[in-house]
Amino acid sequence: MRILDFKVDAPEPVDTDTEEGRKFRQEVRDLLDKELTPEVVQARELQRDRPYDISPLAREFYRKLAAKGWLTPRAPRWPKEYGGVERSDEEQRILFEEFAARGIAGGTEYGGIQGPVIMRHGSEEMKREYLPKIARGEIGFSLGYTEPNAGTDLASLEMRAVRDGDDYVINGQKVYGTGAHYATHHWLAARTDPDAPKHRGISLFIVDLASPGITIRPLWTMGGEQTNEVFYDDVRVPVSNRVGEENQGWSYIREALGVERVVMGGVPVVGGRSVLDDLIDYAKETERGGRPLAEDPSVRQSLAQLAIENRIRRLFNYRTGWLMRKGIIPEVEAAIAKVWGNELDQRIGHIGTQIMGLYGQLEPDSKWVPLDGRVEHRYLFTVHLSYGGGSHELMRSLIATRGMGLPREPR
Amino acid sequence: MDFDLNEEQEMLKTAARDFLSKECPKALVKEMVQDERGYPPELWRKMADLGWLGLIFPEEYGGLGGSFLDLAVLLEEMGRACLPGPFFSSVILGGLFILNAGTEKQKRDLLTQVAQGKIILTLALTEPSASYDAASVEVEAVCDNGDFIINGTKLFIPDAHIADQIICVARTKKGTVPERGITAFLVDGAVPGINCTMLKTIAGDKLCEVIFNKVRVPKKNIVGELDQGWAPLEKTLQQATLAKCAEMVGGAQQVLEISADYTKERIVFGRSLGSFPVIQHYVANMMMDVDGSRFLTYEAAWKLSEGLPCWMEIHMAKAWVSDAYRRVTALGQQIFGGVGFIEVHDMPLYFRRAKAAELTLGDGNFHREWVARQLGLHEKGA
Repeated sequence: MRILDFKVDAPEPVDTDTEEGRKFRQEVRDLLDKELTPEVVQARELQRDRPYDISPLAREFYRKLAAKGWLTPRAPRWPKEYGGVERSDEEQRILFEEFAARGIAGGTEYGGIQGPVIMRHGSEEMKREYLPKIARGEIGFSLGYTEPNAGTDLASLEMRAVRDGDDYVINGQKVYGTGAHYATHHWLAARTDPDAPKHRGISLFIVDLASPGITIRPLWTMGGEQTNEVFYDDVRVPVSNRVGEENQGWSYIREALGVERVVMGGVPVVGGRSVLDDLIDYAKETERGGRPLAEDPSVRQSLAQLAIENRIRRLFNYRTGWLMRKGIIPEVEAAIAKVWGNELDQRIGHIGTQIMGLYGQLEPDSKWVPLDGRVEHRYLFTVHLSYGGGSHELMRSLIATRGMGLPREPR
Repeated sequence: MDFDLNEEQEMLKTAARDFLSKECPKALVKEMVQDERGYPPELWRKMADLGWLGLIFPEEYGGLGGSFLDLAVLLEEMGRACLPGPFFSSVILGGLFILNAGTEKQKRDLLTQVAQGKIILTLALTEPSASYDAASVEVEAVCDNGDFIINGTKLFIPDAHIADQIICVARTKKGTVPERGITAFLVDGAVPGINCTMLKTIAGDKLCEVIFNKVRVPKKNIVGELDQGWAPLEKTLQQATLAKCAEMVGGAQQVLEISADYTKERIVFGRSLGSFPVIQHYVANMMMDVDGSRFLTYEAAWKLSEGLPCWMEIHMAKAWVSDAYRRVTALGQQIFGGVGFIEVHDMPLYFRRAKAAELTLGDGNFHREWVARQLGLHEKGA
């Protein structure tokens, strides 16, 4: 049973680094400490831990990593002819650890969300065209799945791609396209066979967002982020931009979702410190009613419990990371890590604002706001995490059916 | 760090599971709840022959020299099977304390006999104040002509009624620092002056009130050093706490499995119980609780095996598992409905044991408080 079968790398370096390893770790730390500046960190996209959906500011940072070859997945799983880089087991582990500690894990392991899918299903032409650019951080993808009538029930999507000679002509609308305003490419799901059963008529495309006929309109979320509506008006996309087989897109999307969830469960740290770390310090330093918050029994219990749940999150993420490094896309384990991590994020936001009392309601740019308003922001931002990337209702059913073999709900 | 079980541990796990499913069926477990002694001597002897009773002791003391990780694997299977009997009392509480505190001679004499199943030990620590801290040790041992006289009541002591030797933790000196002046004495269980009454407990485990009425104990029966008992005791309690977590993980895993299986068989409204999303969600929540419990416990066990600092991990594990195992049994009860509520079913066994284990060696609140301290959220005056 997969639950019993796990292997993780050390959560902290426990003096198992070799001499070379120690040097390499220091080199990584030096660069990250220098380049992960507060300004870079402010770009909230970094907190989302999606290295390949990159804002210009974040892109600059990733370019520096790419120059060292640290953004690139490693050969032989990511072959050298597609931009893969040779790296020892130890270096790989160290990179993963140092990146994970700063909340930027993911890209170095497997080329973001799109990399593994292209690797497994793309044509040779597509692999040679896109994989090296992904490896070098030159491409930023925005996901084009969700529509006004197709979210959790994604298979109901209506965007239509009609074959016309060497192109597809695509019409329709996507919504909640995060990062579409600065991404270079759209990772697009569209219907190519309206007569087939829902799941069997969908194809997956890579679309250059500069293509004529694409309109992007901003939407502002309660979490202070820009997301977008993306309209397709007779947009021509070459057949060679279709990922894999026509009408097989649903299976590729499932894989991509698995990878995405691995990433979503991660610890949202900013420059090495998580909101929880900040809250613990805040409790030690802040007095209320004449005594430090750290002495209030309910505060102690709450923070201790969050610390324990955070430790579990870390271990769940190590498990998914380990499975990914084995070449498995761990659907169940990724769903567990996502549900766990994102609900924990919500609890941290809620309990954090509670601990801060009246200060918990101040916005980031307010006078008197503690901790740069990060806790208030988390409280608002984390609301969408329990349905974004897969509703937790669906996730729990997936976990139970694919993880413990429970029968699926009849449709 | 490598969480993968090595080959020997895999073999131990499989062997233990096979052995216990054959030798410790649920009918036996239920029978032993009523039984005065609480375990079949024949089973105890077989476990001794398998080397289980000495798994954790070094070879020079008659053991197998196993690691804490090996022990966790074994304990998990014992928890899964609801194994009755004095393993925890004798090997963990008693045996590990002797290992941590005893003189060379005490270790050689006692541990060998424990490993061979020839004697049963237990640790008499808690008192009516029901606390695990040093200040709560109030039973006194007063010096008298080279001997010590022990007077007072110990409460919630497991298997005291059958223990050959009771390790009694008593106060030998009073002062401003409660940790100083605590001494552990080896007391023959059959000695006059000891009055043992079994308590009736939720899990049917054999917890006793043990009254020491002017019990005379020679000086040579001090385990370790006079007045210095607290440090090895604290270490033993940490190890025992983690051992308890391993046992609990086994029980939780079993509840998850039988509940999931049940949802596949049971038909309601013309379809499988497990095809309803609400039930699927219960099972998913149980899976996450079990996984989290397992990972925290095994991370701590690995660190303990490697001699790395792990008190934070042990406190986290017990805090978490205390609540998680309870939640899992509550969801299990909900999934089974009425049939799981009848005492002959397996669910009550686990439901009861989960609560007992939650309360033993510190519950969630107790250990969360320690986690808070480890996080540097210091108490006033600390």
